[in-house]
Amino acid sequence: MTADPVRAALTAVATERAAILATLIRVTGDWELAEDCVQDAVERALSRWPVEGVPASTAGWLTTVARNRAIDVLRRRATERAKLQEVALMKEPESPPDDLLRLIFTCCHPALPIEARVALTLRTVAGLSTPEIARAFLVSEPTMSQRLLRAKGRIAHAGIPYRVPAPDQLAERTGGVLAVLYLVFNEGYGWREGDLAAEALRLSRLLVELMPTEDEPRGLLALMLFLQGRRATRFDDNGDLVPMEEQDRSRWDGAMVAEGLWHLRRAASSGTAPGPYRLQASIAACHAEAVDAPSTDWALIVRLYDALAEAQPSPVIDLNRAIASGFLNGFEAGLDAMDGLDEALAGYYLLPAARGDFLRRLGRLDEARTAYTAALGLAPGEAERRLLERRLAEL
Amino acid sequence: MKYMMFVVVDPDAEETPRAEDITIEEWLADVETHGTRVTGDRLRPTSDATTVRISKGEVLVTDGPFTESKEWIAGFDILDCKDLDEAIQIAARHPQANGGKIELRPFWPMDE
Repeated sequence: MTADPVRAALTAVATERAAILATLIRVTGDWELAEDCVQDAVERALSRWPVEGVPASTAGWLTTVARNRAIDVLRRRATERAKLQEVALMKEPESPPDDLLRLIFTCCHPALPIEARVALTLRTVAGLSTPEIARAFLVSEPTMSQRLLRAKGRIAHAGIPYRVPAPDQLAERTGGVLAVLYLVFNEGYGWREGDLAAEALRLSRLLVELMPTEDEPRGLLALMLFLQGRRATRFDDNGDLVPMEEQDRSRWDGAMVAEGLWHLRRAASSGTAPGPYRLQASIAACHAEAVDAPSTDWALIVRLYDALAEAQPSPVIDLNRAIASGFLNGFEAGLDAMDGLDEALAGYYLLPAARGDFLRRLGRLDEARTAYTAALGLAPGEAERRLLERRLAEL
Repeated sequence: MKYMMFVVVDPDAEETPRAEDITIEEWLADVETHGTRVTGDRLRPTSDATTVRISKGEVLVTDGPFTESKEWIAGFDILDCKDLDEAIQIAARHPQANGGKIELRPFWPMDE
């Protein structure tokens, strides 16, 4: 047996592995011990499964090995606290699914700095290694280890609880978890485009399984599915950015779009007012469902942006609404709607870029040139700069 | 877990009255019922503060606070809570959380 089926088996139990870790942390209250024991179980699996074969119940195997290891370590410590931890561990029959949810809420607690929330979630819930996370966020390995260590210290010292929040805190805290997952989805520049997004997508799916009656996790999952479904067409063969209007829609991932639509319908059937992620997913669904750019339902998109601006006011949402209203009511109207955003969006390249696009469509080429040039000076990356240069050259 | 809760007056903070806002008496009654408040009090403003330190071997006494800041601590409460979330819930209900701010600091026991 080669190492690959073993790797595959380990990937397949990624969720169980996180659940085992979650239970060990809850029962012992010792993050380091729990991580070491789960890591040890994984390493033993990697060395023994190729020889002995992958066990029928991989999760059961890992649980037993990790627990026995924890009991060994606690026995050797021979302290009063370790004795209590050991007894608690022996009494614990299996990992309830709630443990994983507890772990997620603790990792995403608002009393931790946002970078720590991201790092801790990827390390403990997603099971990524410290070097992998360090590479994703373009920091050195020691820096990332320090960040994780400080976060765990803070959880213990500040008394950050290990539980699913009380009902009156649940909505807000769930929003915090979703923000972490969406950040993971959108960032991770040090990885190959989309890899970390796939990890975020997996975590969102897990959250939906753990909180099936909550709409916003489902909204975020749908949003990620739509965005991931068109990721392959975002860049051409030269690595140049392709605006959505010009993307080859036949290459959008139909299965992902269908799954996104299913989750969106499921969330809508709850009858509750849509939250920010459901609204953003609904906007993405309008694009996903349009057979080509001209058949986009801009009227619906404008209405959805209105609702989004009310739920979560932001000048970026105002800009997106202005763009949608330009496609609906004419580019002049869109430009008018963009006026007044300059102060709030100073330094944000998409404002002059969007202005440039509308001016170009109106044939006001000199003004378009000025706007594109301003955008070029603010563009955050090489791909964005090349697109703007292409636009300038085409004028 | 024990937390020191500093009640901070912030002259720059904005206060938006909300339906769920309660008075300090209501807040006190609430925390007393739940047995989560060990003690607490108001503090006179920093204009009444005295700062003491040893400088060149001598006790140096100056009037005023140790640091110049627009924000100042107007009171404190010592909470005994199950965890940070419970402390956050109590702090969020304090009248000064809206218009001022509350800082929660966990105790650091001598044996840790």
